[in-house]
Amino acid sequence: MTAVVEKLTAKDFSSDQEVRWCPGCGDYSILKQVQTILPDLGRPKEEFVFISGIGCSSRFPYYMDTFGMHSIHGRANAIATGLKATRPELSVWVISGDGDSMSIGGNHFIHMLRRNPDINLLVFNNQIYGLTKGQYSPTSEQGKVTKSTPMGSIDYPFNPIALSLGADGTFVARTMDRDPKHQQAMIRRAYDHQGTSLVEIYQNCNVFNDGAFEIYTEKSSKKEQTLMMEHGQPLVFGENNDKGIKLDGFKPIIVDLNDSSVNDLWIHDEEDLVKATILSRFYDDPAKGDHFPRPFGVFYVNNHKDTFDKLFNDQMAYAKEKMGKGDLDKLIAGKETWVVN
Amino acid sequence: MTAITDKDLESVVIRFAGDSGDGMQLTGTQFTNATALHGNDLATFPDFPAEIRAPLGTLAGVSGFQIHFGSTQINTPGDQSDVLVAMNVAAFKVNIKNLKKGGVIILNSDGFDSKNLRLANVPEDQNPINDGSLADYDVKIVDVTKITRAALADSGMTTKEIDRCKNMFVLGLVYWMYHRPIENTLEFLRTKFKKNEAVMNANIKVLNAGWNYGETTEMFANRYTIAPAKMESGVYRGIMGNQAAALGLISASVKSGLPLFYGTYPITPASDILHDLSKYKNFDIKTYQAEDEIAGICAAIGAAFGGHLAVTGSSGPGIALKGEAIGLATMLELPLVILNIQRAGPSTGMPTKTEQADLNQAMFGRNGECPVVVLAAQSPSDCFTLAYEACKIALQHMIPVFFLSDGYIANGAEPWKFPNSADLEPINVSFAKERAATDDKFMPYFRDEKLSRPWAIPGTKGLEHRIGGIEKQNVTGNISYDAANHELMTHLRQEKVDKVADFIPLQTIDSGEESGDLLLLGWGGTYGALRTATAQMIAEGYKVSHAQVRYINPFPKNLGEILGRFKTVVVPELNNGQLVKIIRDKYFVDAIPYNKIQGLPFMSHEVIAKIKQILD
Repeated sequence: MTAVVEKLTAKDFSSDQEVRWCPGCGDYSILKQVQTILPDLGRPKEEFVFISGIGCSSRFPYYMDTFGMHSIHGRANAIATGLKATRPELSVWVISGDGDSMSIGGNHFIHMLRRNPDINLLVFNNQIYGLTKGQYSPTSEQGKVTKSTPMGSIDYPFNPIALSLGADGTFVARTMDRDPKHQQAMIRRAYDHQGTSLVEIYQNCNVFNDGAFEIYTEKSSKKEQTLMMEHGQPLVFGENNDKGIKLDGFKPIIVDLNDSSVNDLWIHDEEDLVKATILSRFYDDPAKGDHFPRPFGVFYVNNHKDTFDKLFNDQMAYAKEKMGKGDLDKLIAGKETWVVN
Repeated sequence: MTAITDKDLESVVIRFAGDSGDGMQLTGTQFTNATALHGNDLATFPDFPAEIRAPLGTLAGVSGFQIHFGSTQINTPGDQSDVLVAMNVAAFKVNIKNLKKGGVIILNSDGFDSKNLRLANVPEDQNPINDGSLADYDVKIVDVTKITRAALADSGMTTKEIDRCKNMFVLGLVYWMYHRPIENTLEFLRTKFKKNEAVMNANIKVLNAGWNYGETTEMFANRYTIAPAKMESGVYRGIMGNQAAALGLISASVKSGLPLFYGTYPITPASDILHDLSKYKNFDIKTYQAEDEIAGICAAIGAAFGGHLAVTGSSGPGIALKGEAIGLATMLELPLVILNIQRAGPSTGMPTKTEQADLNQAMFGRNGECPVVVLAAQSPSDCFTLAYEACKIALQHMIPVFFLSDGYIANGAEPWKFPNSADLEPINVSFAKERAATDDKFMPYFRDEKLSRPWAIPGTKGLEHRIGGIEKQNVTGNISYDAANHELMTHLRQEKVDKVADFIPLQTIDSGEESGDLLLLGWGGTYGALRTATAQMIAEGYKVSHAQVRYINPFPKNLGEILGRFKTVVVPELNNGQLVKIIRDKYFVDAIPYNKIQGLPFMSHEVIAKIKQILD
């Protein structure tokens, strides 16, 4: 007889804590999408663990009725790696932001991607420091005027997708707070992927950086400015789906589908790292003329790399098989002993 | 042929010294093992430069290994050596000042050529071998290089390979001088070089050549017998502090039934614990070399959350980086053991030199009111006992625990009457049980009589809860900025540490009377030197006693009462005065600090001089 798995609802994943993000914050949407997805995964609630660092996004675990840890700035990835290595059967999620993951926690971010534990990493990128009330972040555009950069920031920003690919991430995707359906699809894909799944989520901070992603999220400009990638499909965008991306050697070019055939377009292949790398560089300032549209969706998936937690535990199992269960008294005695009478 | 006389000695100090590439640490370790198997009590002191291969032949590159062994109780590696083995001028120059007048010097004459003299900055026209400066010593000049090369002339090995066997010649010779058994070294060489028979045979040949050299040349009029020590009966092994710490952790893992997770980043002198632990995966010991110190402790916190016995380890600079995460563990009220194998600081300091200057860091080195339990091992074998204790306290009180050791005991060796695992105190751990929807809501910060909260690990039905670094409401664990609650929680975290005092042994006087004129109150690796000094003072009729504190936070409950029984309390430390300030503050006694900050352990004669200065 199989046990009846109780079907959970989004409400079951909602804790009794009052949500305290600013009204209108993009975080609300992400929380809702995660709570919507989890019941569909068919796992008991106690198997989910949400770990966060510091920042507005990092309050997330308090609002989830799962196991959770709101840790310290930048370290969620390191904590999650330790948990996943030792408890591989759990579903471990990290909630982070652009500052948490790419500034103070940059080291853990790249090293987690490199090691590839089976962890879902949602990075809420709002291109600003919200919790500390409005300083520029490592993803803020150059020239950004903030409280700490009254004359404009001189730093060049990180490109999170390119950074993740550079760190050999095995699942790299981008979505946005204002597109619930797309977001749900990306979160689900992240969960299904075996390995570290990075989902960069463009998230509006309506208090300190309002409208940072408006051009991609507003109906009026979205179709013209975004490239919604789908595996096996040609790269098409534009108000009337009248534009496409073609590859001329390694050089991407925008073509007008009124004079060009859709059959000549670049077909998106999620498993092609070289092409993913080119797409990751579609990162121009949208104010510039001749810029490429900003890609959303899965840039890259590598399904052929073992996860860190698997390798870690396989080695443990191999050691036990090869050496047998340890004998503590033998170990304490060591190889050479002598007797004093 | 001159007859060789056999003399009985009570104890001997030998110092092996050479270039850092000369294999002196290996020579010393082998001699230590043979001496332990012979049944002598012993203590060792490896003293080496931070560079793996410092410039050849220079003073900076000298690597030394001192061993003190005897038929009586041996507490320290010895203040001065009776025998100095010097492979070159630099080794001789660095170590001659610590050789007793009349002591034996065994010189490798090849290491005293013009090139070595120049590298060691010896003025021209001087050479200790023939300038008469060593008239006070019993000098044995041996051309180790030449004899080694001759012995291996037919080996087909290159000169460079042959010269690497020199240390075996010296070892063989010293084995002969002191009647040490040679078998364990033969066995060691057979195992170490089992894949390279030529090198194995060469080393064995040279080892035997050294032995035979003693036997056949007329240079050595004496051989020495040091009878086995009268130690407590039982089965013994030799142990180094870091090895003992690793064994203590593994034992705690086995006895608690919890797999061990060691999250760390390589750093001198703590790395050997990682090396050791990584070999024992079949004991469910999981090691994780993280990307940095912070990730090392954070991964351990993740493992602790998941229900493992979680440990992180480092030395002072790494502990500084871990500070924020130790604070997190304190707020999370999860069990965590933090090893600090101290070295001379601050900053990078002197990585291979010992110091006890991280006590303040362990006690106070975090933001906010952040008390943790602090234990300090006093000898190599005590690292086993206290690493085990640290795990036990962490697990049973749901609290971070510091284990302090230092470079001196971490790398020092001594005989150890090791315990049976069955005799180790049990470590009982239980996780919070699953709950049904109809049960009361789970309260993650509900406390038991030790004030510790339940360990509710992910995967347990009905225990879903959130923890974090933000202040928590007591009992519920919800975020709380309530003024009274913060004060309550601060007191609770302190009381939790204080309550540990109910579960640790009372302080004992290690040697001397229960009261008297002067108490030497030490902590950590100074134990042997203070014990030796005390024995000497007592022999001279002074009313001196010695106690070594191993539980520093909290202190044993009777410590204040013990302090009150002595007219004077002296606190010797290898720092600028850290324990002494805590003692003065807590017990209001006018304790006298006695400090040495040279990256070196106390010599017992230094301690004796200090006591006499105070008492006479």
